Amino acid sequence: MRTTILQLFLHLFLLFGLSPLLSGVIGKTKALFAGRVGPPLLQLYFDIWKLFGKGMVISRTTTWIFRAGPVVGLAVPLLASLLIPFGPVGAPISFSGDLIFFVYLFGLSRFFTACAALDTGSSFEGMGAVREVTFSCLAEPTLFFVFIVLARLSGSFSLDAMFGQTLATSWHTAAPSLLLILVCLFIVTLVENCRIPFDDPNTHLELTMIHEVMVLDHSGPDLGMILYGAAMKFLVLGALVVRLFLPGTTGNMALDILLFIGGLLFMAVVIGVIESVMARLRLLRIPQLLVGVSLLSFFSLILLLR
Amino acid sequence: MMKNDLEAQLLKNGGTVDLSLMESLGYDEFSRCLLAEVKAGGRVAALFGVPGEGKNEGLELFALIARDRSAQIAVYRTEVGTSFPSLTQSCPQIHLFEREIAEQYGVTPTGHPWLKPLRFHRVWQGDTDVWGRPPDERPRPGDMEFYRIEGEGVHEVAVGPVHAGIIEPGHFRFQCYGEKVMHLEISLGYQHRAIEPMLLAGPHPFTMAQMETIAGDTTIGHGLAYCQVIEALSGCVVPERAQSIRAMALELERLANHVGDIGALAGDIGFLPTASFCGRLRGDYLNLSAALCGSRFGRGLVRPGGVLFDLDATLASGMQTRIDEIEGNTLGALNLFFDEPSVLGRLEGTGRVSRSVAEDLGLVGVAAKACGVPRDSRFFHPTGVYRQLFDEMITEETGDAMARAHVRLRETMVSIDLLRRIGTSLPAGPVKVPVGPLKANTLAVSLVEGWRGEVVHVGITDAGGRLRRYKIVDPSFHNWSGLAMALRDEQISDFPLCNKSFGLSYCGFDL
Repeated sequence: MRTTILQLFLHLFLLFGLSPLLSGVIGKTKALFAGRVGPPLLQLYFDIWKLFGKGMVISRTTTWIFRAGPVVGLAVPLLASLLIPFGPVGAPISFSGDLIFFVYLFGLSRFFTACAALDTGSSFEGMGAVREVTFSCLAEPTLFFVFIVLARLSGSFSLDAMFGQTLATSWHTAAPSLLLILVCLFIVTLVENCRIPFDDPNTHLELTMIHEVMVLDHSGPDLGMILYGAAMKFLVLGALVVRLFLPGTTGNMALDILLFIGGLLFMAVVIGVIESVMARLRLLRIPQLLVGVSLLSFFSLILLLR
Repeated sequence: MMKNDLEAQLLKNGGTVDLSLMESLGYDEFSRCLLAEVKAGGRVAALFGVPGEGKNEGLELFALIARDRSAQIAVYRTEVGTSFPSLTQSCPQIHLFEREIAEQYGVTPTGHPWLKPLRFHRVWQGDTDVWGRPPDERPRPGDMEFYRIEGEGVHEVAVGPVHAGIIEPGHFRFQCYGEKVMHLEISLGYQHRAIEPMLLAGPHPFTMAQMETIAGDTTIGHGLAYCQVIEALSGCVVPERAQSIRAMALELERLANHVGDIGALAGDIGFLPTASFCGRLRGDYLNLSAALCGSRFGRGLVRPGGVLFDLDATLASGMQTRIDEIEGNTLGALNLFFDEPSVLGRLEGTGRVSRSVAEDLGLVGVAAKACGVPRDSRFFHPTGVYRQLFDEMITEETGDAMARAHVRLRETMVSIDLLRRIGTSLPAGPVKVPVGPLKANTLAVSLVEGWRGEVVHVGITDAGGRLRRYKIVDPSFHNWSGLAMALRDEQISDFPLCNKSFGLSYCGFDL
C-alpha cells in the first residue's frame, strides 16, 4: 500500500511538474537551430499560470459540450498516466487488459475535443475535427500492434508488466521487433502531439492546422487546461518511448528516475531537431505515411511470431 | 498580320502622346482593335475611363496595349455613354478593368459575366450606381453575392478580412468538397483610400508621399513609375547617375522582398532554418536601402527629375563589400531550402497555373514568369540603365509554388549581379535636374518592373497642365485572379502556401 501511494505521488509530481518543461526544451532546441535566443525554458508554465488568471470569452452558439472538451482533455492524460510506469516507478493502477482502457481513454478525449470543436459551428474547427479524427483512426492500429508485440513478449496484458522488468531481457531476444516498435511508437507520439512533420504547433494559418484549429475558440482557463493536458499527453506517450528505449535499471531508484527524466529531455531535443530540419508534410501525404507505419508495426509482430 | 490596319498611337515606355492630335475611335472599332491586338500577342496594360471635361460629356475609355516584342505601347481611345458591350467574354484579362470602370463611373459593361463591385466605394461622379446601392453611404466591403455551390458534402469556408497573422485585410470565400477547393472567390477593397481621385488637379505637394505608400513594399516601384510619368509630361531628361541610383534602389527592393518571401514560404511549411535566416537577410537588404537614402523602404529617394541622395565613393564601395558579404549568406540560406527533399515535396505541384490561363488572365511578374510566360518590363520596355545592363529574364515552366519560389531565387541572383554591375559603372554627374511645368492635354505612360511585376502608371493632363486623370495598375491587380485559379481542385490546406507563393499586395489592389 505504501509503495502504491509513493508511486501515485511520484507519478503526479512528474506529470504536473515536468510536462510543461518538455515543450520548453523543444522550443529552445528549435531556437538554437534558428540562431535565436528563443522563449525561456519555463515559458509554458508562465503561459498556463497566466491563462488560469484570465477571463473567458465563450461563443453564444456553444453548449456545455464546449466546456467539457478541455476538462476531459486534462483528465484523460492524468488517468492514463496512472496506468503506465514512469521509468522505474511502477504504475499505481494496473489490471489485465488496461492497455485497451489506455488507448480508448485517448479516444474519449479526442471524441470530446472534436465535439467541442463542432459545437462552435465554425467551419475551421469542423475541418480540424475531421482531420484529427481521420488521422488518429490511422494511428490507432499502430498503437495496438505495438502493445500486442509487448504483450506477447511479457506474457501479460497490463501496461505495467509490458513496460516492466521483462523489457530489458526482451531486448536480448527480440531486438529487431522492439527496434521497429520503438520507431512506430515515436511516430505515434509525433502524430498524437501534432508535431512536425504531421502538424505545425507554431503555425498561425488556420487552414493548415489539424489539432490547433480545434481549440481556436477556447480562451482563458479552458485554454490553460488544454495546454496543460496537451503537455501531459506528450509526457505520457513520451514516457512509453523512453521506457522502451531505456529499459534497464541501475538498482538505485533516484538514479533511475534521473535517467528517466534525462531520457524524456533527450527525446524532446530529438523532436526539436526533427522540427528544425524538416518541412511539414502535405496533408494528403499524412494518411499514406500513417498506413506505412501501421504496416511497419505489423511486421514487427510477424518478426516476433515467425 | 493585322497590325497595319490598326490605327494605334504608338508610344515607348516613358513616352507621351498629344491628346489633341489623337483620334477617338467608335466603340466597335475600338473593340475590334483591342481584340486584334490581344490576339496578336499584345496584353492590356491598362484600360480606364476618363470623364469628359464639360459637365454633360460622356466617358472616354483609354486602352493601353503593351506590345512586348516591339517594345511599344499602343494607345486607343473611344467614347461611351451609360453602357458599353463588355469584351470580357472574348478577352478575359480585362474583366477587372471593366468592373473597375463600372464601379468608378456608373457605366455598365453589358454582358459582363461576373459584374460585381471591386473595391466597394461610391461612384465617383453622378449617382447612378451599377448595383443600385444607396448613393449617400459608403458600401460595406465584401457586401456582394458570392458564387455558391450547393450539394451533398459541399461546404463553404470564409476566411478574413481579419486574419490570424499580421497581414493585410482581404476576404476569401471557398467552396469546398471535403478538403478539395472547387472555387475560390476573393473580395478586396478593405484598404481603399481613393488614391486616384486624390491626384486630380495635381501634382500636389504631398503627391509623391502618396505614391510611395500605394503599396509600402513597392515604394521604389510606384515612386519610380510616378516620377517617370511626371518627367515624360514635363520633357525632363533624368541624369544618368540618377538613373543608376534608381535602378540600384529598385533591385535592393526586389532583393529584400524576394528573400523575405522565400523566408515566409519556409515559415509557412514549417522549415525553420531558411525562415529565420531569410528574415535576417531581408533586414540586411533593407539596411542597404537605408544606407542609400536613410529609409529602409526607400522613401524619399526617388523624386521627379532624379534622386534626392547621391552615392559618394566610400558609400558605394562600402555597399559593394556588404553585398559581397551577404551574397554568400543569401545563397546558403536559399540553397538549404531548395536542397531539402521535404521542402521540394511540399512545393512541387502545389497551386499549379497553366500557361494558357496565365496568358488569358494577363498575369504579370513572378506569377507569370513561373508559368513560362515572359513578362518583364526591364527586358521588354527598358528605361535608364536597364537598356544596357539587363539581359537575363527568368522564366520557369511548371507554374506551381515551386516555380514561383524558383523564379524568386534566380531573380535574386540576377539582382545581386545587376547591383554589382551598376555599382562598378556609376556615371559621374548630377543626380537631380529641375522639372518644368507639365505639357497640356498630354498622356504619358510609364512601366516599371517592381519586384512583384509590372507597375503601370498613366497620367493625363488637362489644358492647364494639371492632372486630369491618373491611373495606377499594381501587378496585384492582375495576379489575384491567378491565385483564385491556382486553388481550383487544390487542397484547402494548401491555400496559405499558394497565397504566400504569389505574395500579392492587398493595398496595391485596393488603391
